Amino acid sequence: MRYLPLTDADRREMLSVIGAKSVDELFRDVPESARLAAKVGGLPDHQGELEVERAFQGLAAKNLSPGTTPFFIGAGAYRHHVPATVDYMIQRGEFLTSYTPYQPEITQGTLQYLFEFQTQVTLLTGMEVANASMYDGSTGTTEAVLMANRVTRRHKALISGGLHPQYRSIIETTAKWEGFTANFSKTDAEGLEDLIASVDRETSCVVVQNPSFFGHVRDFTKLAEACHAAGALLIVVVTEVVSLGLLMPPGEMGADIVVCEGQSIGNGLGFGGPYVGLFATRDKYMRQMPGRLVGETVDADGKRGFVLTLSTREQHIRREKATSNICTNAGLCALAFTVHLTLLGEAGFTRLAELNHGKASQLADRIAALPGVTVLNDSFFNEFTVKLPKPAAEVVEALAAKRILGGLPVSRLIPNDPSVENLLLLAATETATDAGMDPLIAGLKEVL
Amino acid sequence: MVQSIDRSQGRAGSVSAGSVNTYGTYTGNRALQLEEPLIFEMGQAGRCGVDLPEPPKMKERLNGLRRKGEVGLPGLSEPQVVQHYTRLSQKNYAIDMGVYPLGSCTMKHNPRINEKVARLAGIGDLHPLQPVSTVQGALELIDSLAHWLKTLTGMPAVAMSPAAGAHGEMCGMMAIAAALEAKGERAKRKTVLAPESAHGTNPATAAALGFVVKPIPANARGRVDLAALKAALGPDVAAIMLTNPNTCGLFESEIVEISKAVHEAGAYFYCDGANFNAIVGRVRPGDLGIDCMHINLHKTFSTPHGGGGPGAGPVVLSAALAPYAPYPWIVKDGDKWRVAEDGAKVDGMPLGRLKAFHGQMGMFTRALAYIMSHGADGLRQVAEDAVLNANYVMAALKDVMSPAFEGPCMHEALFDDSFLKDTGVSTLDFAKAMIDEGYHPMTMYFPLVVHGAMLIEPTETVAKEDLDQFIGALRSLTAKAKTGTAADDFKAAPLYAPRRRLDETLAARKPILRWKPSNNPPGTDPLKQAAE
Repeated sequence: MRYLPLTDADRREMLSVIGAKSVDELFRDVPESARLAAKVGGLPDHQGELEVERAFQGLAAKNLSPGTTPFFIGAGAYRHHVPATVDYMIQRGEFLTSYTPYQPEITQGTLQYLFEFQTQVTLLTGMEVANASMYDGSTGTTEAVLMANRVTRRHKALISGGLHPQYRSIIETTAKWEGFTANFSKTDAEGLEDLIASVDRETSCVVVQNPSFFGHVRDFTKLAEACHAAGALLIVVVTEVVSLGLLMPPGEMGADIVVCEGQSIGNGLGFGGPYVGLFATRDKYMRQMPGRLVGETVDADGKRGFVLTLSTREQHIRREKATSNICTNAGLCALAFTVHLTLLGEAGFTRLAELNHGKASQLADRIAALPGVTVLNDSFFNEFTVKLPKPAAEVVEALAAKRILGGLPVSRLIPNDPSVENLLLLAATETATDAGMDPLIAGLKEVL
Repeated sequence: MVQSIDRSQGRAGSVSAGSVNTYGTYTGNRALQLEEPLIFEMGQAGRCGVDLPEPPKMKERLNGLRRKGEVGLPGLSEPQVVQHYTRLSQKNYAIDMGVYPLGSCTMKHNPRINEKVARLAGIGDLHPLQPVSTVQGALELIDSLAHWLKTLTGMPAVAMSPAAGAHGEMCGMMAIAAALEAKGERAKRKTVLAPESAHGTNPATAAALGFVVKPIPANARGRVDLAALKAALGPDVAAIMLTNPNTCGLFESEIVEISKAVHEAGAYFYCDGANFNAIVGRVRPGDLGIDCMHINLHKTFSTPHGGGGPGAGPVVLSAALAPYAPYPWIVKDGDKWRVAEDGAKVDGMPLGRLKAFHGQMGMFTRALAYIMSHGADGLRQVAEDAVLNANYVMAALKDVMSPAFEGPCMHEALFDDSFLKDTGVSTLDFAKAMIDEGYHPMTMYFPLVVHGAMLIEPTETVAKEDLDQFIGALRSLTAKAKTGTAADDFKAAPLYAPRRRLDETLAARKPILRWKPSNNPPGTDPLKQAAE
């Protein structure tokens, strides 16, 4: 077996040093009833690299990859071009095969890029402090609600109808089992929701998304003021982080916690994971944050260096009193994010955002010209909602039969709600081309 | 590029010119050890590492909310970016460089074929919400891995979506809460038992779900004290959370009696599967009577740790807990797979949803490639060699270091610090001296139940000759410590790493968690200042 260096001679020699006759003796603490005399049955034996690769190629061939076909799906995961440098860098063994940087003297590489990552996240979101990443945006959003409950010592969260339905679902699940109240505002496909009147002295936080799940770009400055007047926190979620290249950052609107899904920068679609959650807040709430933090310090020679810090918030020190049970971040995905954003820089990031907005605008105009189809959005970044004359799920299936991945039927994520049955969510990033839009438009004309 | 040393952002504690530039070079570099500034200290307006086309001229539809100022990102060209991150990479220790015996973390070889197949366009470039008719291969892949996990553990069901081990714990404990609720017992069963040696995530998870955590003592053999456990069990107990093999690297030899007692008391048995790598192919946890167990794919099944994630923590479930598995469920109808998402009818009562989409697909792919490469035969060998390597280290060091417990260990060897008594050398000092010998230190001060703990996990992918050198290095350090005159040398370690010991107290007392221009004294350019 190519990954196992011990030879039979090694094993014999090692057993004699140990003073055991066989490996079985080393497993003597296993109750006899549970000892397997031989390998687990019903499973195949080991395979060479060639055979393994072939098997995966076989699986891959059964899927329709967006890179080979017209593609317009977003809804919390966006297909962007990832420069080759990014993938090269995250495959360097020194990054890929290193552990959490618990020994800072020999993990300055990881610690410094995480410090750079934290700084980038504060700049993008307009916030004061950011952690070293969360599992993803969806889990990070729930952690933000839990943090707001801790900060305010209140237990009632108000959740926007413009928040990604699966993010809402995770909050609902957590509220049920961890024991707090989450009030869900109704689905807001039109982008007209106003939550100000619903904020009261018991509200711990209001959770909104910008652009919303349906694509609308909103100003939450007044909502932030209402939250603060009531002693609540405003949590702003961004699932398309490229939008921050053009849009006013949530920090400027008065957000107290900002959570982003960072996948769009540096990380491919990957069928939904692993992604990277960005988590930022105000300095005054620093010690209530979940997740790892990297801080600057000096070494014994006075040289600048970086360490994991403020770990007294974390489970390995605080155990049942920790701010969260989280014990990992998304280190390598954060590296991909950082490398890509560093390649982009100020000019590239802004240009990328403009390209996305421009492509989506082109698509929206072409879609709006189709008979019987309405674009619901006055505002959007790279994604918008259209109302079709028939159920969107049928339309998407019919398009898929033509090898066109033509958006997400909202009913897939919000089932059993007649008001969204005909709604289709469409996204266009910098990867969209006229050659891809043409078949989509033609396909829609045919199936509508 | 002229860079120098000691850009500590005006930190108190940064040093005077006299002690700067220890190695006497103009740059502060030391051959292959290159000092590297932050990207924010390198950028120039007008530089960019990508070439993007002119955006189409369209009417702006941003609701008047266009960003007013700059983001503040530095501008670097592609070669600068490559050099920057390459230089940073060279300040890291990694499995690809050598022995990484970090107990409880399982730093084993990460095969590159796993990376390659995860990047096939038909796998890596798929949207999670494409029509299921266009992702049948992806769903089959998840189902194949699920089949392996269920078969290897002897459990009937698995929830695939948790993003990491701790997330899997949350999933498993929620499933237990859901099962209790279905029986009308959730309100009265509020206690969760966990050994004192448990990972910190166990009590943190239980507490988050509103359970009260009661510690269970260990016996002199480092196992759960069965009598104490039985005494603690009662109608108020919801579950026990037990790691097996435990965090002392020992198999819980009375685990069958434990599970029997737990079930007789009407409680559930959560097994922390962090150490499944020690028993895979030799023991099926389902045969031990557990109700659920998370599997850290980055440990047992070698998905890369990546400097701290991403992980993946599927949870295998007993028949009693299977109905409560969270959405999504991957269901096979005839020869087609479908995804049952929120609200869909399934054969159970899902506890809700824990994560967007379908789980850590990239990790599933790598883990499945690792599993198929080993096969049923190779996985059994993995456990045997991991246990053999750990026992070899234990046997070769037991006369000079102090094993915490008698008898054979499983996949990791635990020592306490009694062999360092009166030497003036602490566990921390000893670990830092290992860095100068070219090793990543073992896990220190965990588990908490052992004084000055040193937990060594070699894993099965270390060759005997590499272990021999590692053992030789530890014996040499031990001999040096025991001279009783070397404490100052140990306290000064490491000398040869990219950084000497870092001031963690300063970092926590005055947190600097981001770069700011104002961190430098006003009107000064840190680069110039350092060069002068």
